[in-house]
Amino acid sequence: MLKLKYKHFFLLPGLIVLVAIIIFPLLFTVRVSFSSWDVVKPGLDWLGGKNYVRLFHDLRFWEALSRLSMMAVGSVLIQYMLGFALALLVWRDVILKRFVRVLFLVPMMTTPVIMSVIWRTILHESLGPANDIVRLFGFEPLTWLSTGGMSMISVILVEVWQWTPFMFLLLLAGLLSLPNEPYMAAAIDGAGPVRTFFSVTFPLMAPISIGAILIRLIEASKLMETVYVLTSGGPGTATETSSYYIYIRGLRDYQIGYAASLSLIYLVIMIISLTIIAKVLTYKIARD
Amino acid sequence: MKTTYLLFKYLAILLWSSFVALPFLWALTTSFKTANGVTGGATYIPWLQYKPSLEGWKVLVRTGGQGIDIVAPYISSAVVTLSASLISLALGTLAAYGLSRFRFRLGFVKNSDITFFFISQRIMPPIVLAIPFFLMLQFLGLLDSIAGLILVYVALLLPIATWVMVDFFNNVPPQVDEMAMIDGCNPIGAFVRVILPNSLPGIAVAGLFCLIFGWNDFFFAFTLTFTKTQLLPVAVVALNSSVTPWWSLSASALVSVAPLVIIAFFVERFLSSGNMAGAIR
Repeated sequence: MLKLKYKHFFLLPGLIVLVAIIIFPLLFTVRVSFSSWDVVKPGLDWLGGKNYVRLFHDLRFWEALSRLSMMAVGSVLIQYMLGFALALLVWRDVILKRFVRVLFLVPMMTTPVIMSVIWRTILHESLGPANDIVRLFGFEPLTWLSTGGMSMISVILVEVWQWTPFMFLLLLAGLLSLPNEPYMAAAIDGAGPVRTFFSVTFPLMAPISIGAILIRLIEASKLMETVYVLTSGGPGTATETSSYYIYIRGLRDYQIGYAASLSLIYLVIMIISLTIIAKVLTYKIARD
Repeated sequence: MKTTYLLFKYLAILLWSSFVALPFLWALTTSFKTANGVTGGATYIPWLQYKPSLEGWKVLVRTGGQGIDIVAPYISSAVVTLSASLISLALGTLAAYGLSRFRFRLGFVKNSDITFFFISQRIMPPIVLAIPFFLMLQFLGLLDSIAGLILVYVALLLPIATWVMVDFFNNVPPQVDEMAMIDGCNPIGAFVRVILPNSLPGIAVAGLFCLIFGWNDFFFAFTLTFTKTQLLPVAVVALNSSVTPWWSLSASALVSVAPLVIIAFFVERFLSSGNMAGAIR
């Protein structure tokens, strides 16, 4: 009985705080999503499932969702490949090892929105250095933020700048904790560096790779701040992500009830798809 | 072969370093410009291409109507981030120790489920919580206040702190606490006198993550405050419009990201040791 009291002393304060701050608001959102709460008539009435029916026909929401999936998966894969390559570059001896490692880590320590503001000046079509660099290589200046396809690439570029360091950090930590024996065995067998990478390093790194990719996918599925600063979802709705669309509906148009139903469906879709991705990825290594 | 590889390797490192450094160097040079240095197209080298001026930096600290007030948001950001980090660390360390050392059972809910509950909060997109948080703070009368933001940030940081600490405690052998308890400590005494002093490396990593996520959050600071309280990212983004002078924008951006960049140089050894790898396995 005494032991029971002690263990609850440890767990309960944190658990209660988290439940109180997150679960109650979430349950409240469920209730709000069945109401017509908006700027004209704020309050909890009962609308039934009308918001959910409307959402089903809301093309803009589904387009934002597919756009988000493309940008999240695309940017995370690029981050993974670059992060892995960079980790391999500085894994063994490098001149100025500490300095290079810190430099590679720095972007993830900076505030995403603030750096996006700076990126917006860099990508400015006539006054920023981005087009200077493009011209240096003999190409025509690019419309970084003013055409649909390019502005999506710009968002991905900034995301890659910001978050490749996170991949780099986890993958470097993984490389540093690898055992030595398989490498000696590979060397004895006369395997070259490419062979060693594909039959030793890559398989050994599979669990940590999956962990890193999943963490990044979870974070990338919330993508909105970079978009807000760089393009405000534009031009048109070319870079509008789910979070950003819900933000516009809820906190700008003040259609609280409808936004609540959007955000719940968004959350459910995210949980389901991330779970499927996690299962598929871990199944692959379990089988190999 | 070897030389080609080395050449390629350092070329790649140089290329990526330039990409990483580009926004910082650009912001640095822009912060010393005046209108002439900006509107004629991109310029890079002071004195040669434009006449440097300290105007961008001066308006940061100038008070009254003509300056941009960055000092008050800076202090608010520091207060909110530090308080929320400390609260989250305290609650998170306790909860993590409980989860790592004792068995909890409530129906079908086990320890691993509770741990997953903590971690799973990271999946929650901020926008899903923004609307209920808004209404909750309105109800509590804490909208647009430091206290309200601290409350929300604890929800944001507590899962991170708990996650890092659970992993840390799982790697501390239970014999350590048993020894302390044999010496006559109760579980709380053992925790305070023996476990806590030996957990400083873990707490440092958890604290660092709290600082990063707290200091860098924009979304909640943006949606839950209006005029009375303003955090740093909101203040800087507010300068982001076509009429804003780029020089003061750049200067304020640099001072805003400076604290964590400086910390990065001190904690590199911590972060890129093998410790991190265990956390996500």
